[in-house]
Amino acid sequence: MDIAFVIEKFILVTIIFAISLLIAMYSTYAERKVAAFLQDRLGPDRAGPFGILQPLADGVKMFMKEEIIPSNASKWLFMVGPGLAMLTACIGTAVIPWGSAITIGDRIIPLQVTDINVGILYIFGVVSLGVYGVMIGGWASNNKYSLLSAIRAASQNISYEIAMGLSIIALLLVTGTMSLKEIVEQQHGWHWNILYQPLGFLIFMVCAFAETNRAPFDLPECETELIGGYHTEYSSMKLGFYLFAEYINMFVSSAVMATLYFGGYNYPGMDWVLLHTGPIIGPLIGTLVFFIKIFTFIFFFMWVRWTIPRFRYDQLMHLGWKGLIPLAIANIIITGIVIAIIEKF
Amino acid sequence: MEPLTSKKKVLAQKPLSFAERMYLPAILKGLTVTISHLFKKEATIRYPEQEREFSTNFRGMHSLKRDESGRERCTACGLCALSCPAEAITMIAAERKPEEKDLYREEKYASVYEINMLRCIFCGLCEEACPKEAIYLDGPIVPADYLRKDFIYGKDKLVEQPLNNKL
Repeated sequence: MDIAFVIEKFILVTIIFAISLLIAMYSTYAERKVAAFLQDRLGPDRAGPFGILQPLADGVKMFMKEEIIPSNASKWLFMVGPGLAMLTACIGTAVIPWGSAITIGDRIIPLQVTDINVGILYIFGVVSLGVYGVMIGGWASNNKYSLLSAIRAASQNISYEIAMGLSIIALLLVTGTMSLKEIVEQQHGWHWNILYQPLGFLIFMVCAFAETNRAPFDLPECETELIGGYHTEYSSMKLGFYLFAEYINMFVSSAVMATLYFGGYNYPGMDWVLLHTGPIIGPLIGTLVFFIKIFTFIFFFMWVRWTIPRFRYDQLMHLGWKGLIPLAIANIIITGIVIAIIEKF
Repeated sequence: MEPLTSKKKVLAQKPLSFAERMYLPAILKGLTVTISHLFKKEATIRYPEQEREFSTNFRGMHSLKRDESGRERCTACGLCALSCPAEAITMIAAERKPEEKDLYREEKYASVYEINMLRCIFCGLCEEACPKEAIYLDGPIVPADYLRKDFIYGKDKLVEQPLNNKL
């Protein structure tokens, strides 16, 4: 391990961290704009041209707000909660391949922080850790509504993780590897996994909505029943962290969906482009394509939020246990049979 | 029980069909509805910069009118204050001095004329009551402010601008 390697990774981590924070920042703005446009409104347009400085204004507002820690709250956990939510949201980006390797001189720089061979398991673990921030926050607030919300979040995540894991198993049958890098490389050009696993993608996407606590599965923070949900007692930047973590989660799960099912940085005609643009610009174009896919997914998240009403709790459980899990198992069986038949003949 | 009208209709909740239980067709339908609104013209108006077109009989802020030669029409008869159902108008009358002949049309004028915009209900009875055609509710929307005292509009805000700067 030479010093250049450390510097290279450090720069990459910093860039990815900055980009994910920036995207989360502008997701809050985009959310409000998309909501407005879907409802024939204008959205925020006062801070800067088209309201482009709105996230900054919101950030300043969050910092300036009075910070309240309830006297009956468990102080340490109350403070740890938002930080944990942010941390678990951010570390998911480590294994996502952002682009094919860049070649500068004789040095090959992969645009991925680390290519561990169980990348999917890592993502899966980080996503399930995400609920800890919510649970700790809800528990430490010492508020009935927060606690109820934390319980909801936990049971919802557990229920949907099963279906999510099962849908990934079907994907693994097709790809035969757990490394995200290899999965992306296999989808070269237009051989995207969505073509082989449409049902698996559907299940994965529904579960991703549930895991990120987005509408229509935003039961942990439904205002009509639970005031603010797990962040009822939070104020100032701690609340900001929770809201922010949700958007980072959204970004990460969009990236994972694009990686697993929509070919990551692959796009039709990429060989030709790579040949004509050279070893630095070419991979960066791939990265750009990847981000376009991610933004499309983020837009879809928002689009769905302003379309579908929230599920009732029993409907949520019904869909998870009686709908998605049997469907995912059926998907595994069908995929297995098809693969066996193809290998036989 | 015998139905009271012939319009009685028994509603039974049908069990959902398979397509309905899948949610997906309904969700797709909903998504097309919402995305179609992305391309519709927004109903919002950027208010301070842009104003909605008012109807011709819109009643906004009051203005105290001047006559053709730029003299204030109000003679402080008090009929507007009397007719005001919200009791928003107060005035103090004064006698016109000979040198003020080109300022006030009548021999008596309102030295103080105040309308409390928080009380005013913009009913327009004052302009109906006025015998001198001195008050009309033809102004814009009364702007927001921070303090209650700032909503009491005096003559400085109510009286029309002079025709030419004779004052």
